[in-house]
Amino acid sequence: MAIMQFREAIRAAMIEEMERDERVFLIGEEVGQYDGAYKVSEGMLKRFGPKRVIDTPISEAGFAGLGIGAAMNGLRPIVEFMTFNFSFVAFDQLVNNAAKIRYMSGGQFKIPIVFRGPNGAAGQLAATHSTSVESIYSYFPGLKVVAPSNPDDAKGLLKSAIRDDDPVIFLESELMYSMRGEVNEDPEYLIPLGKARIAREGEDVTIVAHSKSYWIALEVADRLAEEGYSAEVIDPRTIRPFDFDTVVQSIKKTNRCVIIDESNPFASVSSEVAFQIQQRAFDYLDAPVLRVTAKDTPAPYAKNLIEYYMPSVDAAYEACKKVMYVD
Amino acid sequence: MASKTRKKQQATQVDQAASQANGQAVQLQVPSKPIHFEQTFETYPAGAYTHEELGLSREDLLAIYRNMLLQRRFEERAAQMYGKQKIAGFLHLYIGEEAVSTGAAWSIKIGHDSVITAYRDHGIALALGMTANECMAELFGKIDGCSRGKGGSMHFFKAEKKFFGGHGIVGGHVPLGVGIAFAHKYKEDGGVCLTFFGDGAMGQGTVHESMNLAALYKLPIVFIIENNQYAMGTAVWRAFANTEFYRYAANYNMPGALVDGMDVFSVMKALRKYVALAREYQPSVLEVRTYRYRGHSMSDPAKYRTKEELEAKKKEDPIIRLKSYMLQHGLSTNEELDAIDDDVKKEVQASVEFAEKSPYPPLESIYEDVYAQPDYPFLA
Ligand SMILES: Cc1ncc(C[n+]2csc(CCOP(=O)(O)OP(=O)(O)O)c2C)c(N)n1
Repeated sequence: MAIMQFREAIRAAMIEEMERDERVFLIGEEVGQYDGAYKVSEGMLKRFGPKRVIDTPISEAGFAGLGIGAAMNGLRPIVEFMTFNFSFVAFDQLVNNAAKIRYMSGGQFKIPIVFRGPNGAAGQLAATHSTSVESIYSYFPGLKVVAPSNPDDAKGLLKSAIRDDDPVIFLESELMYSMRGEVNEDPEYLIPLGKARIAREGEDVTIVAHSKSYWIALEVADRLAEEGYSAEVIDPRTIRPFDFDTVVQSIKKTNRCVIIDESNPFASVSSEVAFQIQQRAFDYLDAPVLRVTAKDTPAPYAKNLIEYYMPSVDAAYEACKKVMYVD
Repeated sequence: MASKTRKKQQATQVDQAASQANGQAVQLQVPSKPIHFEQTFETYPAGAYTHEELGLSREDLLAIYRNMLLQRRFEERAAQMYGKQKIAGFLHLYIGEEAVSTGAAWSIKIGHDSVITAYRDHGIALALGMTANECMAELFGKIDGCSRGKGGSMHFFKAEKKFFGGHGIVGGHVPLGVGIAFAHKYKEDGGVCLTFFGDGAMGQGTVHESMNLAALYKLPIVFIIENNQYAMGTAVWRAFANTEFYRYAANYNMPGALVDGMDVFSVMKALRKYVALAREYQPSVLEVRTYRYRGHSMSDPAKYRTKEELEAKKKEDPIIRLKSYMLQHGLSTNEELDAIDDDVKKEVQASVEFAEKSPYPPLESIYEDVYAQPDYPFLA
């Protein structure tokens, strides 16, 4: 175990996998000479050279598609988007090519590729730079979507994603890059995709929260604990496939659920999770499932507005109290 | 600009297109001899033009000088305010590039012609006559900002100036420029659209699709590539197989020209010509070579370039160039120009005070302007 920043854990996963497998390479804007816009790939150009750490022009559709073609032809690319907001420029490549070619070719081609980069709002960057994309990419069968909440998970999940034979959308959060935590250093440390983590056990309410929202959930759980309530916190880690079983097991115990997700609310991860819960565990629910999300608007720039826009600890706390029918 | 041969070639291509449009098939034959193209492009070097030949009076020159200085002082102060955390998000400074915005703004009918640009937008906003107050208030995220605090540095807008915005996605706004020009032609209002973007944006497919559409539909647009040599940390030669961006124009049968962006006269000389062409529905591509003195944004220490390179470029400073020109030609005095600087500094300082005092947008305003419909049922 070592203490690492989230960004260092991601870098470690990429370095280990690139050392293990010649076919893995990293491509994206400013990943090489600039050492990464958010310094995730710092030092990697020096280590692996320009054949395997490749700077691109600002051509998202081009280099995302290049990655997909390379994957079809036997390589295992890691494509970095400077932020996932810019992946929309390459949207067609991701959803029509990466997601569907295996299917349409009757399984003749596999697409072992990872698209990774920061996702969601990071302070006051206004609407075009603040989108949370998890539900958008989860919509498309053929893609896997992973959203880790801490450095150790980031490393173990990214290594699995790189070894996975399907296209994986790997969502990081800019605001988490400098977060530190214990990270397993075993080069064979792999966290399976599609398995949720029960981060904290509890009896009174289940909180489902991934990525940054997970940290809100922990704060809420602490606050509830001070008042004598115990919250069970589940970090799904993988959005698609989603580990509904773990969530349902938990609800059978707590009978209540709050979902925290910083996406816009409509047709979001929380919509699907709430639906699945009512289908699989309706009889166990003692209260309607509630969710805490960003506001149903684009992200504003002004400080007070963006604070109001984002899901807050207070709102999540209130939601938990509400499903528990206390005060 | 196209040479005679090129014009001829254009003419035949137009004929081909016309006959295709008339339903006649074009014979696609492969000639037995190699094909040889000759292309000529106009250049607008620095120091080549005088104010007389541009028809600029002493008062014009003072106004141009003041405007460039306003952009410079505004951004210097904005950088300071960013340091004090009064401004958040990304802040991309335009310092060094002021001749491009000012030269362009002085070449169009502001409020009649249209302008659209990327996120490095403070300069063009101020050049178009937007006030330091509304710009600074936007940077502060206040209600009196030009985008009511919703847009920040990268998203200045001003409908009455026909300023269609700063835009945060590289290359994303270039098709909008084409659409704005399309509307000018559709409405036959005589307007043209100046569409600014960086060298980095040339990597985006949208730019190439846009150029083709504009040329195909003969739209009143001038594509202005602000080539400041870097896209974030990537020098143009590291991102492009062909770094002579004016030449891309030829692929779409448009005239292209190369302009020195450190001289406001050169920019004006070129823009006047190509704006006039645009009014006759001839789109064009101008590569304007300029330089940004600061890092890509406030968080970029710009380690990818040398101090010597920066210092050399600063010697071509567009503001100092104009100042020396005016002094040399006896059009102004040091005292007069210093007084303008003092005045500009006051205006900028006042804008900081204005921005400080302006209130934050009320929380309910988060739901305003998402839809035109006033009673839209938002999910809560
Ligand atoms: C589609 C997209 N990809 C990446 C970015 C991140 N980014 C913002 S500015 C920039 C560099 C653009 O350079 P250029 O177009 O030359 O304009 P300049 O900054 O030099 O004015 C990059 C990569 C973005 N905003 N949008």
